[in-house]
Amino acid sequence: MIDVVELSVHFGGVVSLDQMTVQFPEGTCGLIGPNGAGKTTFFNVLSGFVRPRSGRITAMGVDLLAMPSFKRARWGLRRTFQTEQAIEKLTVFENVATVYEHSDTGGKSGRTAAVEEALDFVGLTDQAQQTVRTMGAKERRFIEVARAVVGKPKIIMLDEPAAGLPDAETALLGRIIRSIPERVGATVILVDHDMSLVQACCDWTAVLDFGRLLASGPTAEVLRDRNVMRAYLGTEEVAS
Amino acid sequence: MTAVATREATLAAEPTHHGIARVTKSQWFSPAAAVVMFLVALFFIPAFFDSFWIANFTQMAVFSIVAASAGLLYGRVGLVSLGQVASYGIGCWVTIRLSFGTPWPFPIIVIIGGLAAVLVGVLIGLPALRVSGLYLALVTLMLAAGMEIVLNNFKFANGGPGFKGVATSLSDIKPTRRPSFALTDVTYYRFLVVGAFVMFILASLLLSRKPGRAWESIRQSEAAALAAGIDVTRYKLLAFALAAFMAGVAGGLYAGTVPKGMSIDAFNRQSAIFLIAVVIMGGIYSLWGGLLGAFFATCLLKFLTQNVIGHQFWTRFALSLFGFGLLVNLIQSTRAAEKKGIQA
Repeated sequence: MIDVVELSVHFGGVVSLDQMTVQFPEGTCGLIGPNGAGKTTFFNVLSGFVRPRSGRITAMGVDLLAMPSFKRARWGLRRTFQTEQAIEKLTVFENVATVYEHSDTGGKSGRTAAVEEALDFVGLTDQAQQTVRTMGAKERRFIEVARAVVGKPKIIMLDEPAAGLPDAETALLGRIIRSIPERVGATVILVDHDMSLVQACCDWTAVLDFGRLLASGPTAEVLRDRNVMRAYLGTEEVAS
Repeated sequence: MTAVATREATLAAEPTHHGIARVTKSQWFSPAAAVVMFLVALFFIPAFFDSFWIANFTQMAVFSIVAASAGLLYGRVGLVSLGQVASYGIGCWVTIRLSFGTPWPFPIIVIIGGLAAVLVGVLIGLPALRVSGLYLALVTLMLAAGMEIVLNNFKFANGGPGFKGVATSLSDIKPTRRPSFALTDVTYYRFLVVGAFVMFILASLLLSRKPGRAWESIRQSEAAALAAGIDVTRYKLLAFALAAFMAGVAGGLYAGTVPKGMSIDAFNRQSAIFLIAVVIMGGIYSLWGGLLGAFFATCLLKFLTQNVIGHQFWTRFALSLFGFGLLVNLIQSTRAAEKKGIQA
């Protein structure tokens, strides 16, 4: 469980996150909201790229904000980025191995097995020895997911993993994401604009708007919430 | 674990190569070529070239290590350092000083020179961790300039008394020591080739392992590297340390090539800029680029000077040629970055 308490992030005069308090349960959680709602900022705070003005984040009993960025990743906090970050000059295998060899759980002995397991999980076993540079954007999305699941991660943040993917690939990615908690044992936080993907993957969803938590709870209920619909449809008159 | 879903094969398997490509794309090509080059340098060159060319190939062997060290920082980690000549100079100074002050075997004092350079390299690296790109180039250039002033003050030891070991009267100046097994120019050249080979092996061993992968990740994106659990600070310092060690050892090996009165010309700011231009011309990604750049800067330049046209013209022309190469490279890499930005 990830416990976020009164998290605020300011950039100069702009309030990116405003007293955000939310508890992500175990499993696959969605995090949605209109553009500029603060979703990526929240990920950047979790990763340690942005220092919050105030607030606490406790994950599995560990104070995340007390750790430097790379140590959070070693501890088991993984993420993907909106633009693919697979290392172009390395092979798919080396890409995944790099993450594994820098994780707390990654020993020298289990490396090959762990990497192969992660590649198998996303269906990239056949391309293991291919250089990433020669691969398309679609494959790189799946390499990113393999990099996120290798070893024994605890939390996986996916930042718009399906952006630009055709429907068939999105459906496949959705099935992979949905099976992460059971197969990998990690809690997933999924940010995406594709509501059907969020609905298909996430039992639980939180909604951000202008840096504030608008609603959270079981996905089906949250998506029917009047405030949420208003934030997305932008009908101001109904304001209460 | 079985795949969640079997993905239809969207990509063909690794393309098969034919003819020459099959040979050059093989994973054994690079090590095999390195061994062949090593043997050629060790046996073929001394057998077929006279002492003038041996001297040039000797320079090339030394320069290739320095060029490879700067290329490694720039091409593999993305750090533009103009401070490599400082490490090169430190290695040379310490080796010369120890060659007069101690009876220790020459290879040992060269390694000590390399380690002293590591100390300086890491000290350069520490403030440099906070800056990158052009600013890093400027900071390291300033450090190189500072080093030039220090060396100017200290001078290189020549058998004199005291800490500096600098003799003032001409009659007291002694020649710099060479290893007892490599006293002649040809054997010293061979000793240098072995030294360069060892340095290249050391670099490629690190590049093909965990540090190499971490550096590649840092070069592409520091944020992604951090998110992958890579201790960016530590690996950048490791890169600075390795590059400084290589340059320091090169400086130590260079010590034996100048019989008397080492001058600081090889370690000044102009050399710092010349070095980075040479490195870029040779190619920054592969370690082979260091060798090629060193070849341009020593043997090719000498060949043109000797055989084609008068001395003055070529040295100046070559410098502008390197400047031109630098410009082309910068324009190209900017274009490549823009193209990438559009695609992303």
